[in-house]
Amino acid sequence: MTDALLSIEGLTKRFGGVVASDNIVLDVNRGELHAIIGPNGAGKTTLIGQLTGELAPNAGRIRFDGADITALPVYRRSTLGLARSFQITSLFLDFTALDNVALAVQAHDGHSFRFWRNARSETGLRQAARAALERVGLGARAEVMVANLSHGEHRQLEIAMALATKPRMLLLDEPMAGMGLEESARMVGMLRELKRELTILLIEHDMEAVFALADRISVLVYGRVIATGAPADIRANPEVRTAYLGEAEAAHG
Amino acid sequence: MTALLTPRNVFIVALIALLALLPVYALLTGHTFIVTLFTRIVILAMAAVSLNLIMGFGGMVSFGHAAYIGIGGYVIGILAKEGIGSGFVQWPLALLVSGLFALSVGALCLRTRGVYFIMITLAFSQMIYYVAIGLDRYGGDDGLTIQKRSDFGAIFDLSDRTRFYYLCLVLLLITVYLLRRIVNSRFGLVIQGGRSNERRMRAIGFPTFRYKLICFVIAGMLCGLSGVLLANHTNFISPAIMHWTRSGDLIVMVVLGGMGSVFGPVIGAVALLVLEEALPYAIGFASYLIVGKEVMGAREYWQLILGPMLLLIVLFARGGIDGLLMRARRD
Amino acid sequence: MLYFIEQCLNGIQLGMLLFLLAAGLTLVFGIMDLVNLAHGSLYMIGAYFAATFAAWTGSFVAGAVLALGASLLVGMAVEVTAIRRLYGRDHLDHVLGTFGLILFFNELVRLIWGPAGMTLSLPSQMLSAVQVLPGVYYPVYRLVIIITTLVVALLLYVLVMRTRVGMLIRAGASNREMVGALGINIKLLYTLVFGLGAALAGFAGLMQAPILTVQIGMGENILILAFVVIIIGGIGSIRGAFVASIIVGLIDAVGRAFLPDLLRLFLSNNAASTLGPALSSMMIYMLMAAILVFRPEGLFPAANR
Repeated sequence: MTDALLSIEGLTKRFGGVVASDNIVLDVNRGELHAIIGPNGAGKTTLIGQLTGELAPNAGRIRFDGADITALPVYRRSTLGLARSFQITSLFLDFTALDNVALAVQAHDGHSFRFWRNARSETGLRQAARAALERVGLGARAEVMVANLSHGEHRQLEIAMALATKPRMLLLDEPMAGMGLEESARMVGMLRELKRELTILLIEHDMEAVFALADRISVLVYGRVIATGAPADIRANPEVRTAYLGEAEAAHG
Repeated sequence: MTALLTPRNVFIVALIALLALLPVYALLTGHTFIVTLFTRIVILAMAAVSLNLIMGFGGMVSFGHAAYIGIGGYVIGILAKEGIGSGFVQWPLALLVSGLFALSVGALCLRTRGVYFIMITLAFSQMIYYVAIGLDRYGGDDGLTIQKRSDFGAIFDLSDRTRFYYLCLVLLLITVYLLRRIVNSRFGLVIQGGRSNERRMRAIGFPTFRYKLICFVIAGMLCGLSGVLLANHTNFISPAIMHWTRSGDLIVMVVLGGMGSVFGPVIGAVALLVLEEALPYAIGFASYLIVGKEVMGAREYWQLILGPMLLLIVLFARGGIDGLLMRARRD
Repeated sequence: MLYFIEQCLNGIQLGMLLFLLAAGLTLVFGIMDLVNLAHGSLYMIGAYFAATFAAWTGSFVAGAVLALGASLLVGMAVEVTAIRRLYGRDHLDHVLGTFGLILFFNELVRLIWGPAGMTLSLPSQMLSAVQVLPGVYYPVYRLVIIITTLVVALLLYVLVMRTRVGMLIRAGASNREMVGALGINIKLLYTLVFGLGAALAGFAGLMQAPILTVQIGMGENILILAFVVIIIGGIGSIRGAFVASIIVGLIDAVGRAFLPDLLRLFLSNNAASTLGPALSSMMIYMLMAAILVFRPEGLFPAANR
């Protein structure tokens, strides 16, 4: 019996002559927070695309809790418990924060072929949505139009929507992108809490956050995983240092 | 209570009241043609309202919606010609056929989006247009005369002009109410979410395709109903009603009235009529002012104004009349 | 058999006309990302100009050349006054705005030329038929259409693939902002492209005028065929438009001619005569539907969109 909730087996993706994903092998164990780091252009977006189902791999398999999900459409993966947040905020801008999250709740609350009752009056949906908003710290902003929320609040909302789908695993694509120091610290705190009950695959550039949160780190360079291990091991790994951390260390001073 | 008395709500109630009292006015003044005219407006308003379900709320810009008016109408016409005059058979069959056509076309078109979708809905409606032209037995290019309106026996007599008008008006208002409920239901929120951000909808777990398809079918059926009414109203159906430029007219009604609400297109349909009648007078008057006398035929060229006006609306007043009304509330 | 060859030639001729229309449409869409429903109006205007100028000058060719120039000018004028305000907006806006232009142009033509339509007659040399294959006689003029359109297609190819302007066009199609950032006058480029599209449409309009029609609203029907061609060929691809136009032209001509007879093999005479024309008009759309199912990006999808 495997400990891995998500198992990536030899995933390969080619775009014309470019190999964006080169035989990626990676496991995310139950309950761990597994971070993926790598320089720009390493293929993180392509990897996420294949994990969520928006891109079809040329070769390889993806297993979620033992089941082969490689060919499953995007929405089915969400139903199975794999939730994602977007790197570039992707929300329903002309609705309120509450409406946004309530939709995510609704997606996992039976079918939506209901044509008569006003969905905004369904207390079950609204309460679950409010709970998710509270969890990420947006409780007070529930009735605000998403277009009027700040960037940091958008990132929080992304997490809330992922949580609202009652996931078993979170796929977070640079949740801290564009955040200031204070907001990042808050996000780290929240992720630390979430880590206790959910398996998380975290793609991030923010090294402090990664090393503060990750149980294991995988390093992606030119579409290949060059190292996987505990944060301390990764820090010490010479290949990693040259390929990636060298630049990052210089940037962080 | 005063919160309900917004400019917009007052306007809508007034418009409904106007439509309801129209036959009384016609009776008093003897201008019975007004009832005939407005029956047509009400029927087209229903078609426009059905279009807005997929267009304004679903984000699916269909340039082939007028085809369903034709389909509904032709079912009535063909059945009547073949000797089946009972409304109890004709009407449900018309709705069924409209729904099936929407299902097939939708299943193909909804695989595309954006401009492809527009072009493909356009193409399919032209296809149906040419098929109708090819049906020599049912009039072909000249159209098909329908001798008798749908027969509902003792329950309802469609041949009386005023009664028929009220039937159409009631059906329109029921349609508006139904759609209001649908738009705010779980189903409606899925449709609106799909318009807002379809990628997001799939990411949170919605199989968006099937919802859009059902929405397309509902809109198609409602539009088919308007076709049924139109065929009865004019005792005639022809391929011309299905030409893609008629779909364009429907889109104009929707945008002019306002895509953001269910009632908007009703405003648009009435406004378009008002423009059709009033613009020629305005042009005549303007030419009188400018040239000193009314230029012969100046009124006829109102479409010359309508074209650029449409462009201006697109550029500066996308929310349509309803949008302007809603903004009036905030001031 | 001879009849079949004749119908094939008709199909190719129709396809060539469609290509002229589709090429303009697909250029404008590929480069400016604009859906131009009024393209059919430019086709109509080309025909009207040709009829008028031919009547003034007494020469078909002179009329055609002048009409071509006039179409180019009208196209550029429309771009500068109306079309350019639509760039960057969503496709519904394009569709509405250009639909408004259709209404405007139909009325304008009615105002200037009257509602009755016009005729354009051919010079006497082109009125006869020529033997293309043993036993097969084909009208000279239709051959002229095929040949001139092929020449135009070739010129278009050379323009887009071999000249600097063409390079800008192709660059603009893949990356608009970049071309603008390079200091190229993108506004002028767009105006020229739109003008080119208008000239192509006008050319199609004037070429078909002697054998088909010159009347108000003539663009609206053929425009849809042009859209079908683009969908089948792939939006933004001129090569796709060329191949698809020929396919569509052939299916339409040959289908219309032979389907009723084919049906008669299976159905009663009555049924075949009823269904025949209806089905043959559907065939092109069935092909389009098939493409949508099996290869939605078209036969020759342009690089990136």
